[in-house]
Amino acid sequence: MSDEARAATAPPRAVPPGAGDERWIGELRPGEREVLLDVKTQDMEVNMGPQHPSTHGVLRVLLRADGEIVTGAQPHLGYLHRCAEKIGESVEFLQYLPYTDRYDYLAAMNNNLGYSMAVEHVMGVEIPERAQWIRTIFAELNRIGSHLISFGTYGLDIGAFTPFFYAFREREWIMALFEKVCGARLTYSYIRIGGVFNDLPEGWLEELGRFLDVFETKWAEYNDLLSYNHIFVERTKNVGILPPEKAIAWGCTGPMLRGSGVRWDLRKDLPYAMYPRLEFDVCVGQGRMGTVGDCWDRYFVRLLEMKESVRILRQCLRQIGPGPVMADIPKTIRIPAGAGYVGVENPRGELGHYIVSDGGKIARRCRVRGPSFCNLSILPELMPGTMLADAVAIIGSVDIVVGETDR
Amino acid sequence: MRMLLDPLRSAAEAAAGAAAGAAAPQGNFVTDLLAKISPVEIPWPLLVLLGALLGSGFFLLLLFITPYAMLAIWAERKVAGHIQCRIGPNRVGPFGLLQSIADGLKLLVKEDTIPAGADKLLFVLAPALVLASAIAMFAAIPFAPALYFTDLNLGVFFILAVSSLATIGVLMAGWSSNNKWSLYGAMREAAAVISYEVPLGLALLVPVVVSGTFSLRGAALAQEGWGGAAWYLFRDPFVLPAFLLFYTAALAETKRAPFDLPEAESELVAGFHTEYSGMRFSFFFLEEYAAMFVVSAIGALYFLGGWSFPGLTPLVEHLFGRGWIFNAVAVGVFSAKALFLVFVMMWLRWTLPRIRIDQVMTLGYKYLTPLALGCLLGAAGWELYVVPLFGGGR
Repeated sequence: MSDEARAATAPPRAVPPGAGDERWIGELRPGEREVLLDVKTQDMEVNMGPQHPSTHGVLRVLLRADGEIVTGAQPHLGYLHRCAEKIGESVEFLQYLPYTDRYDYLAAMNNNLGYSMAVEHVMGVEIPERAQWIRTIFAELNRIGSHLISFGTYGLDIGAFTPFFYAFREREWIMALFEKVCGARLTYSYIRIGGVFNDLPEGWLEELGRFLDVFETKWAEYNDLLSYNHIFVERTKNVGILPPEKAIAWGCTGPMLRGSGVRWDLRKDLPYAMYPRLEFDVCVGQGRMGTVGDCWDRYFVRLLEMKESVRILRQCLRQIGPGPVMADIPKTIRIPAGAGYVGVENPRGELGHYIVSDGGKIARRCRVRGPSFCNLSILPELMPGTMLADAVAIIGSVDIVVGETDR
Repeated sequence: MRMLLDPLRSAAEAAAGAAAGAAAPQGNFVTDLLAKISPVEIPWPLLVLLGALLGSGFFLLLLFITPYAMLAIWAERKVAGHIQCRIGPNRVGPFGLLQSIADGLKLLVKEDTIPAGADKLLFVLAPALVLASAIAMFAAIPFAPALYFTDLNLGVFFILAVSSLATIGVLMAGWSSNNKWSLYGAMREAAAVISYEVPLGLALLVPVVVSGTFSLRGAALAQEGWGGAAWYLFRDPFVLPAFLLFYTAALAETKRAPFDLPEAESELVAGFHTEYSGMRFSFFFLEEYAAMFVVSAIGALYFLGGWSFPGLTPLVEHLFGRGWIFNAVAVGVFSAKALFLVFVMMWLRWTLPRIRIDQVMTLGYKYLTPLALGCLLGAAGWELYVVPLFGGGR
């Protein structure tokens, strides 16, 4: 007979429960047996985003939490979907270029470069050397700018407000440099199919040199302020550990992959533009503060990459020579039938464009492989078992730009 | 020491003292002031009534807390601005000094929203309770030897007890908002306050052991010797670590960075006050700044010598006696010390990242509490065995 049934059929007690019923806890009387109640607490479902300060835009993560401990996380995408790929199949090649600015709006130069290179690859165009140097300079300069944002917002995620302003102070100079060449501060469309839009203005390279000198001193400041701050290290070490095998299996690229100690960088492994002629190191996570592949490693890989970018830019400044900046290509680009994929190393990882042409003015298929989208897919794997505050640290360390995950 | 050895008797005496104070015609400085400036003699029952009315929270709120909080908010924004290579508010009034008034007006005219699923009564009561605790805390703080509202002989305990009331308000706010982020903030606040009250109280007991009084005014008066340098910080080797422990625990108690978990912006949106808007929100804001000042004031009174400054205060006393000039200088010195501690809080906030809730707990229970206990024992041993060697002691 089950306990419920016995309770239901038992005669009503004359004595109210408790009165005269003195015994030790756990002491059983004849006919009684111990019942283990299956007591459960209910996990709480918390909606993190789309309006949440640290989801870097309009990402929505459905968190399942047991108090402060996260037991599950599911990212929901699409709040910023703008049919970028479909637009790529409806407008001319050059007309699509401004749309590439808007996937990863913090690294628009790199996006322009990726798309232009893919189209050029299918076209089979030769790019002048000076244009290649300029492209390399802008790709690296924008990498610094993008990593600065990543550094600043990661500080915000962990609760330090000031690094954000320091990062923006230096980024402002980069913006000014960009503005001087193309007039835009965020969506440049400066790197075009066939080269770059126009040549560098007078004195621009000298100003870049001055910026690099200043930036190197500021870089050391960032480390003093945030990287080696005891609280910051305690918050990020051994949090969100991504083992290298898993990182490869989930298709992570960029600092996310290199943070796990995998030496993979398209600039070195599938070199493009002027990278074969430049000397630089691929920075990987070494587990200096905790385990290889933790949040601190991912964060620090980005900082080290800024330093490497400075090194690359100095070499570019020494080696760049005069010459044309645009290949001789027709105003209306028609591409012979064919297909091609080109991936470039964006600040956030591999940005790939797969272009299929049927010989017309408009691409038949324009597929984009976004790094943020692929890196984000690992989120449900990293989150369970961490604290709520760690969840924020992990999302920050993935460093997504929602414009690109949703496209 | 007697107070520690015979707590019951001291408490009884304190209660008797408080009762006597209430019955006496000369209540506080307000009544004294009224009696002095009035051209006609005011009968003492009327005087007591006026003193009670004027010396009450309303008076405090109007004359001190609100202007102070507005100034502190302005200062915080200026400090943040300069730390972050910005200018900070500079449009409304000279140096942007009136910015807080403009913001206050804006908050006043804002729509007062209550979420649909909220527990309305608790939602409305929470900010009031929080603000009430902030006002009550001020009542026990002496600003100068003759400028104080009440000189409670258990002043420290009164302030600690009343400051904990704010936690109930925060819990009410978090619960009644019907928002999971608010609830998280409230639970974090409760956890932090429960764990940090202990080291805070223990660290405060160290100067209490040295001074032998729970009265804030008494402690400050006792530090006037040595040409104004007889701060407890210099009188006992255990007071300095106790001060650091007190300050750390006070940061957690007032929800300031790096312990600002209840309102952790990047994690909990705005924590317990996510759903509050308009004037109710500003009550929480006001309470935060008031609590910052109160803990800093306790730090200044109990550790940093109150209104004594080496050389300055003895000189003023020598030249002008203990009249109103001395009191004015004392207010200045005391405020400068307290505001310096407030400034350090702001400095920390704009420099340090936030620590995680489990790290907060670890720090509180595994480090601060045992260390504070050690300091207390050390200070008690020092007062009992070492101080008599030099002819001191009570």
